[in-house]
Amino acid sequence: MKQLILTLQDFLYLAGRAFRAIFRRPHYFADQSIQADVIGVGSLPIVMLIGTFSGVVMALQMSRALSTYGAVSKTGEIVAITLIREMGPVLTALLVAGRNASGIASEIGSMKVTEQIDAMRALGTDPILKLVKPRLIATSLVLPLLTVLADFLGIAGGFLIAYFMLNLTASQYWTSAYQALEYNDIAQGLVKPFLFAVVISLVGCFYGLRTTGGTQGVGLSTTQAVVVASVWIFVIDVFVTQVFVNL
Amino acid sequence: MSTASVVRFEHVSVEFDGDLALNDVSFDVRAGETRVILGAAGSGKTVLLKVAMGLVRPSAGRVFLFDTNITHLRERDLFSLRSRVGILFQEGGLFDSLTIEENVAYPLVNQASIKCPAEEVLPRVNQALQFVELGHTLAKVPSELSGGMRRRVGIARAGVTEPPLVLYDSPTAGLDPITANTIMALVVKQRDLRNITPIIVTHRAQDGYLLANYCWNTAESKVERATAGHRATEQTEYMVMCEGKLVFQGPEEALSASSDPYVSKFVRRNH
Repeated sequence: MKQLILTLQDFLYLAGRAFRAIFRRPHYFADQSIQADVIGVGSLPIVMLIGTFSGVVMALQMSRALSTYGAVSKTGEIVAITLIREMGPVLTALLVAGRNASGIASEIGSMKVTEQIDAMRALGTDPILKLVKPRLIATSLVLPLLTVLADFLGIAGGFLIAYFMLNLTASQYWTSAYQALEYNDIAQGLVKPFLFAVVISLVGCFYGLRTTGGTQGVGLSTTQAVVVASVWIFVIDVFVTQVFVNL
Repeated sequence: MSTASVVRFEHVSVEFDGDLALNDVSFDVRAGETRVILGAAGSGKTVLLKVAMGLVRPSAGRVFLFDTNITHLRERDLFSLRSRVGILFQEGGLFDSLTIEENVAYPLVNQASIKCPAEEVLPRVNQALQFVELGHTLAKVPSELSGGMRRRVGIARAGVTEPPLVLYDSPTAGLDPITANTIMALVVKQRDLRNITPIIVTHRAQDGYLLANYCWNTAESKVERATAGHRATEQTEYMVMCEGKLVFQGPEEALSASSDPYVSKFVRRNH
């Protein structure tokens, strides 16, 4: 228990330093762009694929339940709300956590065990500014964008099912999807990925920077980063949902 | 002649998870000296170098770098002091995603207090790499070089800013005897031509012996036995570390005469 609290304290210390670093010079814009490319563009194919399929599956599952009540025409509404509020942000975040929290932890962890982090500090660079800040900013920028894309493709995937299998018209589906959404849903759908991005990048950096003990240590850090980031995604999801439900 | 202190430890201890990596270590290295720190693996040599540069914070005691107390100095305030120190890490510590040119240029480009004009970076990198006879490797990445070559690039990077103090962390560890001698010749060359204060940690007593008794002959480009009065023979001090403790400190004669079983066993075997 004591170890857990100390770890949390170390994490919050790193988070505090990382947030302060956002406003401190130098700004490594090139590193930021590279990270945005690695995390954002690199995750595009998988996010698009999973986004589409989640909408397809959602429409299929919901159609059966809705047909019981004769409300198949509400498929668009259900798909849109579920995806934008919940499935889009969480699924995209879990994918990016699996892909990038691990990537960040293993990259920084390898640098740590080969003394590259020490070299960086010895040669005039603060690793928080050079490594953590670009990853934090890049992930916070690209994850909401990826989520929006996953949401849209998910709704489009739902439309394919609604149009070809449930015999709904395009107008029926898209109008019900559009009308179902409120500003609260949109805000929730954008706040969540932003918070998830902060967690994914900082957890990845945190475990990377804590790596000890050679290649075995890198493997351990990578696993820990993915597991911890995934757990925090769900914990944060609960809290944010609770806040928005009461708004 | 009393010169300025470059590194001073006052009762420094470092604790990692309840284990003492350094235990009440005190010493003072002055400008112009050569300091050889001997010790077996796990004796705390590397930690000592990292503490000297502020990369590891001591749990107790005080550390002075160029007479500035760095014990509790903030990271950002340490950078200007660190720019006056070169360091060679045990495995070279090169950035594996950067080319050799970018690696050697790194301190020139990133040390805010150095302010090297952009047009001077490449000539200085070239000069530093030619110093270690690796002028042809600019475009390569570290993984394309052998262990010895990576160590030589590390020496070039440590010296490119011409710092007054250079720390060498086990420069010959894991190298064959011929490559190890080449690396040590470069350390002697760097000390004598650039007039730096070297602090070297090693487990090989012959590395210390070389630094204490040999100097660089510029005309013939090789190391040669130093004559009496040379800084090598006059200003080389040894320290011996054992399980985080400093168990010996003094010149070569005292080291050879030591009756301590750990010190004599460790040193005499190689002489």
